[in-house]
Amino acid sequence: MKLLVCISKTPETTAKVAFKDNGTMYDTAGVTFMLNPYDEWYALVRALELKEKSGGTVTVINVGTTEDDVMIRKALAIGADDAVRVDAAPRDAYFTASQIAAFARDKNFDLIFTGKETIDYNGSMVGGMIAEMLDLPFISYVSHLEMENGITVVTRDIEGGVEISEVNLPMVCSAAKGLAEQRIPNMRGIMTSKTKPLSIIKRVEVSPMIQDVRYTLPPQKSAVHMLQPDQMDELVRLLREEAKVI
Amino acid sequence: MVIVLTEQQNGRFKNATLTAVTVGTQVARALGTQCIALVPGKANDPASLGEYGAAKVIHMDAQSLENVDSKVYTAVISDVAKREKAGLVIVSHTSTGRQLLGRLAVRFRGGFASGVSKVLVEGGKMSITRSAFSGKAIENYVLSGETVVISLLPNASPALKTGTPCPVEKLDIPIPAASVKVREVKRTEGRVPLPEANIVVSAGRGLKDPSNWGIIESLAGALGASIACSRPVADSGWRPHHEHVGQTGLAIRPNLYIAIGISGAIQHLAGVNNSKVIVVINKDPEAPFFKAADYGVCADLFEVVPKLTEALRKAHA
Ligand SMILES: Cc1cc2nc3c(=O)[nH]c(=O)nc-3n(C[C@H](O)[C@H](O)[C@H](O)COP(=O)(O)OP(=O)(O)OC[C@H]3O[C@@H](n4cnc5c(N)ncnc54)[C@H](O)[C@@H]3O)c2cc1C
Ligand SMILES: Nc1ncnc2c1ncn2[C@@H]1O[C@H](COP(=O)(O)O)[C@@H](O)[C@H]1O
Repeated sequence: MKLLVCISKTPETTAKVAFKDNGTMYDTAGVTFMLNPYDEWYALVRALELKEKSGGTVTVINVGTTEDDVMIRKALAIGADDAVRVDAAPRDAYFTASQIAAFARDKNFDLIFTGKETIDYNGSMVGGMIAEMLDLPFISYVSHLEMENGITVVTRDIEGGVEISEVNLPMVCSAAKGLAEQRIPNMRGIMTSKTKPLSIIKRVEVSPMIQDVRYTLPPQKSAVHMLQPDQMDELVRLLREEAKVI
Repeated sequence: MVIVLTEQQNGRFKNATLTAVTVGTQVARALGTQCIALVPGKANDPASLGEYGAAKVIHMDAQSLENVDSKVYTAVISDVAKREKAGLVIVSHTSTGRQLLGRLAVRFRGGFASGVSKVLVEGGKMSITRSAFSGKAIENYVLSGETVVISLLPNASPALKTGTPCPVEKLDIPIPAASVKVREVKRTEGRVPLPEANIVVSAGRGLKDPSNWGIIESLAGALGASIACSRPVADSGWRPHHEHVGQTGLAIRPNLYIAIGISGAIQHLAGVNNSKVIVVINKDPEAPFFKAADYGVCADLFEVVPKLTEALRKAHA
């Protein structure tokens, strides 16, 4: 099986969120980045498990700048065979998906994984876009994926339950919690990752669909109203009359 | 035209859909056009969508549309969008919308936005508001293009009845072959699914043991609430994974979120801090959750929770 995993970087979960240039740019000063957890924990690890079971290769692809190389090496240390970086700063999901689709178009991947969303922009867009560009089936928020006698059986999360479907490969899916368990790279993985191939390729020219984005910080919460354990009737009254939520 | 994709559950239009039709109608008016509701599959009373402002319903009663196959739906929606010269297509930010939004954006080659909480029309231009960075920032931008597409949060605004039943047009167009075969749909709970719940009672490691969950169930029962939990609780198998909220679980935005024995780690807050009102019950005055709370009780949860349940029952009686 030929597997492709799309990996992106995202600020550490505890990173401060601030913006510069009149609220048009995320201020990365002092921010450390990590691999997007959905990409690393679920998409990449499930791809590795499939390879370990039925053979094949796992390629990771990232649209990003040289700063992303550390993170790409981490994916190689976890077990990916090779990596591709499209040398471009991502502009919007359409731009990113176009780059990945352009790379994957003539490579005959059986399965393309993305994470369910990046935890910074929370768009949840890239996977569906790649699928449309390559005219492939797409399943979002996949929490189980098994091969049964040549048929791929996929479970996706839906409101209050799951939907189980059969899909013919090739396909694109976005990975959600449950698909696999996080793997910590071991010493050998870290050593070999340094010599695994990482090719840097040129971007294709596409204009982003989204421009002039402005960010603001949400209004500060007013101070918490504290109550004593014997004031539960009062809490109920406040929720009813002041907050009007029950 | 503004086109809204509708969704149903148990033979009724979802609240998310009624909200989407309401918002679609408001945007359509501001743009000087109308809102059309697209109903795929069987439907009981499609004309009722007119009460929420739809000028017309397009009903495609085909068996092959009972499940959401992203390729099939994308083809059908873009076909309808073309026929009706749609300027804006709205899907709900639900499991259905997630399957479709990326594909539709590529089809339309125009602006797109996911998880939209507000659409503003000014000087004929549409701009959107959505939250980013797990609720730590608000994002605004203008949607440009001939046809743009958004997924609207299920509770972006209240569903409003402003009209009367509208005409229903049956549409019978060729539907492409399925790319996915649905084997089965398993519903895992009787309560309102978490992403749609107005009230959520959530508990964390402070509960000490899964056998203590009874007090949480009782409180949820008294409020008609759905139940959620923190990640360690799901990871240790105390509660099912689909109840885990936070950065790596579900992101929810109920009107009321009651957090019990949860410390309020940033990754947990990421999934819940868009809730309208937050109540925190925790015995540690330093628990970070209090900073994100509207109301707080600093005490032993085993004492407070039954008292709160009791107070609610009294208030209802
Ligand atoms: C990358 C990453 C992603 C993560 N994603 C998530 C996520 O999506 N969701 C999530 O929830 N976590 C997530 N976490 C974990 C998160 O950091 C916290 O560890 C977790 O939320 C803590 O869960 P908790 O509050 O239930 O437990 P604890 O932190 O152990 O807190 C228990 C709380 O209960 C209180 N308590 C104890 N006994 C009582 C009592 N008798 N009465 C009243 N209060 C009591 C304590 O004071 C304490 O505040 C993630 C972590 C990482 C690194
Ligand atoms: N710059 C990028 N490079 C490679 N993959 C990406 C990039 N951005 C997003 N993705 C993939 O697309 C998924 C969804 O991202 P998003 O649509 O931005 O929420 C991520 O989990 C990644 O798998």
